[in-house]
Amino acid sequence: MDDLEKRMLKEVAELDSLPVGAFNIRSNGKSEARNSTANIQIESRESGDGINVYFKDGTKNESCHIPVIISMTGHKECVYNDFFVGEDCDVTIIAGCGISNCGGHDSQHDGIHTFHIGKNSKVKYIEKHYGEGTGTGKRLMNPTTVVYLEEGSTMDMDTSQIAGINDTYRITKAEIGPDATLIMHDKILTNFDQTAKAEITVDLNGDGSVCDIVSRGVAKGESEQDVIIDISGNAVCKGHAECDSIIMDKGIIVATPKLKATCVDASLIHEAAIGKIAGEQITKLMTLGLNEQEAEQKIIEGFLR
Amino acid sequence: MLELQNISFHADDKDILKDINLKIDDKFVAVTGPNGSGKSTLLKIIMGIIKPTSGKVIFDGQDITDLPVNERANLGISFAFQQPVRFKGLKVRDLLAIAAGENGASAKVRAYLKAVGLCPMDYLDREINDTLSGGEMKRIEIAMAAARGGKLSLFDEPEAGIDLWSFQSLIEVFENLRNVTNGNILIISHQERILEIADKIIYLKDGQVDRYDESAKVMDELNMRRRGGCDCAFGQKGGSCNG
Repeated sequence: MDDLEKRMLKEVAELDSLPVGAFNIRSNGKSEARNSTANIQIESRESGDGINVYFKDGTKNESCHIPVIISMTGHKECVYNDFFVGEDCDVTIIAGCGISNCGGHDSQHDGIHTFHIGKNSKVKYIEKHYGEGTGTGKRLMNPTTVVYLEEGSTMDMDTSQIAGINDTYRITKAEIGPDATLIMHDKILTNFDQTAKAEITVDLNGDGSVCDIVSRGVAKGESEQDVIIDISGNAVCKGHAECDSIIMDKGIIVATPKLKATCVDASLIHEAAIGKIAGEQITKLMTLGLNEQEAEQKIIEGFLR
Repeated sequence: MLELQNISFHADDKDILKDINLKIDDKFVAVTGPNGSGKSTLLKIIMGIIKPTSGKVIFDGQDITDLPVNERANLGISFAFQQPVRFKGLKVRDLLAIAAGENGASAKVRAYLKAVGLCPMDYLDREINDTLSGGEMKRIEIAMAAARGGKLSLFDEPEAGIDLWSFQSLIEVFENLRNVTNGNILIISHQERILEIADKIIYLKDGQVDRYDESAKVMDELNMRRRGGCDCAFGQKGGSCNG
């Protein structure tokens, strides 16, 4: 792995060296390094287009890193990663993809992650997407995340796309069983002429199921974002969605809430707000010594934290 | 240290401030007066949040009338808002770190939170959003201004929104600030206890300086007005005070 790839790895997975625990580092379409542990088994899919990761029942306080780096212009891939988390686990999965494209051809990563989370298990999932490069070739990323939560399980997702991706189409689908919980914090920053589309669909199917979806977006330059949050309450359940956006320059944001209840005991709430940075927030930070640009930067940094 | 020369502010067909001339050198000066007398506008003009229609603001001999807010802040002027601003995502430690110019968990930053009656462990990682009550926001705002330190700290009615039970500790905060700060404090207040610990009081009325003198003298006069049968605290309306 060269210095560029190491830097990208640091950017998307905060890794300076090989991580402790299970990991699979994919670089330009190939597995660069892999490690399984006694409780976490990583295997290549037979079709060769991704990995299956198996967590034994009762695996606790272990992590699995699966970062992806693309540094070759024109490289395009579609990768399927399936996670099978047993019962009574408590694990952290750190994904992330970085594309550095200095060439004239488009580079693209489409990652389809499917999570099967067993009874009473807890999964913390962190996914960071990042792009850079001075070439005319685009950096494209289309992640799909599918989550099946069994009884009493919890998935806490922290997903972000902070910079440098030209176009993205992000799909998240979740089916939530009895007493299971999905927490999702999704953050997108777009700039220049970038576009981002995000569709989050949640089915609350089990009694006692809960979801809390917070989507935050900042659209700068002439970028566009289109966010759809669609929650169906099909049982005694609680669903909450918050879609909060800041627009700057000539940015455009479309936020579409959709709630559907098929059970009288379903309690669903959607909040949405779009606006520019409040002038009083900038003034406040200026009274602390920041100039206007620094104040804006600080406000966005906090908003997308 | 601070001089206001012929400051006027006109908005919405009203003269909010009329030809204000003040020289402020004392360590702790309180600004009081009826609602709508222009107190908050005056402080915002000093901080640069509002630009005066005419007149000059001189700070330490420098004309700062045209300086933006952040440059005034960097000259050593701080400001605590009457209605503190909320931020999604930014934490108490973030803003205190900017205010103090150092790590958001430093002993100094923690001490400012303790001084306003907030436990650092409970509050440093709280987001400055709607989950904080008005009283908590006020305390954090005061802690930020204190952490900023500097030559001149401006407080816009810090007691507003603070419950009675917390008020005693707020007085102690300002008594303490008065003793420890090297800079000057200019504070808008209606509270007798705060006015009493001031060196001088500026009494504004109808956008003009009605009285500017030593605290005891102004307090005596204000009390005399009240005893004169006026039904307001400081000659706000009616009665014999001609307010």
